[in-house]
Amino acid sequence: MSWPGIRFEQIEVGDELPELRVEVTPSTVVLGALASRDWRPMHHDKDFAQNRNGTRHIFINTPHNAAYFERYLTDWAGPLARIGRIQFRMQDSVFPGDTMVFRGRVEKVEVDDADCGWVEVAILLSVQDRVTTQCSARVALPRAEDDNPWRRRGEAWRPAPTATP
Amino acid sequence: MPPAASEKVVDDLPVEVQSWIGQRRYTQLGEFDVERGYIFTSCASVQNGNPLYWDEKAAEVITGGPIAPPSMISVWFRPHYWSPGRSEEALALQLHFDLKAQLELPEAVMTDNTIIFHEPVRVGDRLRTTQILRSVSALKKTKLGTGRFWVFDVEIENAQGELCAVETYTGFGYRKE
Repeated sequence: MSWPGIRFEQIEVGDELPELRVEVTPSTVVLGALASRDWRPMHHDKDFAQNRNGTRHIFINTPHNAAYFERYLTDWAGPLARIGRIQFRMQDSVFPGDTMVFRGRVEKVEVDDADCGWVEVAILLSVQDRVTTQCSARVALPRAEDDNPWRRRGEAWRPAPTATP
Repeated sequence: MPPAASEKVVDDLPVEVQSWIGQRRYTQLGEFDVERGYIFTSCASVQNGNPLYWDEKAAEVITGGPIAPPSMISVWFRPHYWSPGRSEEALALQLHFDLKAQLELPEAVMTDNTIIFHEPVRVGDRLRTTQILRSVSALKKTKLGTGRFWVFDVEIENAQGELCAVETYTGFGYRKE
């Protein structure tokens, strides 16, 4: 059975991922916080966020950010893609009324000593042309029709062979 | 035990906080098993249509059965908001809140998150976590206020003792100006 997605050999450094735009509402923020079991009030209580955190509204929480990055990567790469590492820095928060724009670019491709094909993707999350979050992800992609990164275990799975950038 | 090379001690830190650096603290078992309801809710919250999480056949063929999205790793060790016999809110990432209290920094945000994924988390797993403080900065002034950055790891294992992930958080605890 074949699945939608891309293979390692189809990828080159400089390839760009399709842009993703998401309109953020209070429901977006609250749904993400509750889905990630984050009960802290700055993610659902505007008064608390303004008066305690000094932010202008409730804002998207850390695991919700991670879930968006995962969705962005696997929308592009398909279900056989397996994320080995994801790293992101939140320089600014995302609030209701914002439009999130995700843009990604392949920065590196390599085959490791276990014969696994990896791509490094840099993602910028922007709001009104202001970068709020920079993300770097290392993703394993199938190298052939019968290759499946999800079957790798132990020494065959090396999600972080070097220090993170 | 002295901190490892990657662990940093700042001279003006309270002695108690210095002693936490490198210690394995709060080893805890998650309060519930990994389950599909939360997986659907999480995928719905970001409109993640990956067939691994919606199509049982895809999950069977590709991952040998249903797994959780890797980015959900922290969901499985966040405590219930309330449970019988509990008089105070239980907090995930207790180390983060300990640092706020000990350093008298009433507000805090997370600034960086790195997750390295090892064994997939499977439906039915019950995960065990351990928190390890790696470093605390000197006082710094930012647009939010004056405070300290701290870095800590959360190691996550399944019931078989297999490492599922290591999360590294950078938090910034601060006092508003």
